[in-house]
Amino acid sequence: MSSTFDTVAKLIAETCDIPADTITPESHAINDLGIDSLDFLDIAFAIDKAFGIKLPLEQWTQEVNDGKATTEQYFVMKNLCTSIDQLVAARGA
Amino acid sequence: MQLDYFQLLDRIVELNVQKRTIRTEATVPLTSTIFEGHFPGYPLMPGVLLLETMAQTSGWLIIALTRFERMPFLAAFKEAKLRSFITPGQQLSISAKVEHEGSGFAVAKSAISVDGKVACDAEITFRVVAFPSPEFRAHMKREAARLKFPTGAGADG
Repeated sequence: MSSTFDTVAKLIAETCDIPADTITPESHAINDLGIDSLDFLDIAFAIDKAFGIKLPLEQWTQEVNDGKATTEQYFVMKNLCTSIDQLVAARGA
Repeated sequence: MQLDYFQLLDRIVELNVQKRTIRTEATVPLTSTIFEGHFPGYPLMPGVLLLETMAQTSGWLIIALTRFERMPFLAAFKEAKLRSFITPGQQLSISAKVEHEGSGFAVAKSAISVDGKVACDAEITFRVVAFPSPEFRAHMKREAARLKFPTGAGADG
């Protein structure tokens, strides 16, 4: 998996005290890793800092609440990392 | 300060949106029912109220950064340190700097100084959301006026 995954998994492991070897690309951050909304703020802060981006958490939450997206689209690790890569690419464009 | 109303700040003395910094002042009241219990014969400003004082200072800065469109609600403290006792009558200078504005949250660092010496400090995380109601926003604007929130920083809009 990408270096993005390695970085994000490390951030989650450190922030939420989750064993790094239990985090896989298929892990759902909420359903599988048990990360709650407050802990996810810490993770978003760490990701924003590490990648120089601003994860659009409010937009994602709104889309999920409106039924326009599923939590899997944004909070499964591999999808989260894809979103991060896209945000990094957009920043550099 | 009016401790029983959770009005922990007396005035905003500096607010710099570009630098994302703020400084406020407050004087600990000489008397309060809180000091009757905390502690009898040895009144001390409760640490939890000092944390709230830093949160309120940081919060006004976030309100300024969002042009009075969003309300910060306290979510977490990290590395909170209460370095010295604060007693009735002492004058507090409270500073804060927003370290990060995320999507729906913000992180600030704040400190309280007495006579130029840091008495406590912390990193504070806020959820930043729309005002729950127009009445809530109006209340905050009245509070802003009481604190001399700088015009041009969003309180007059």
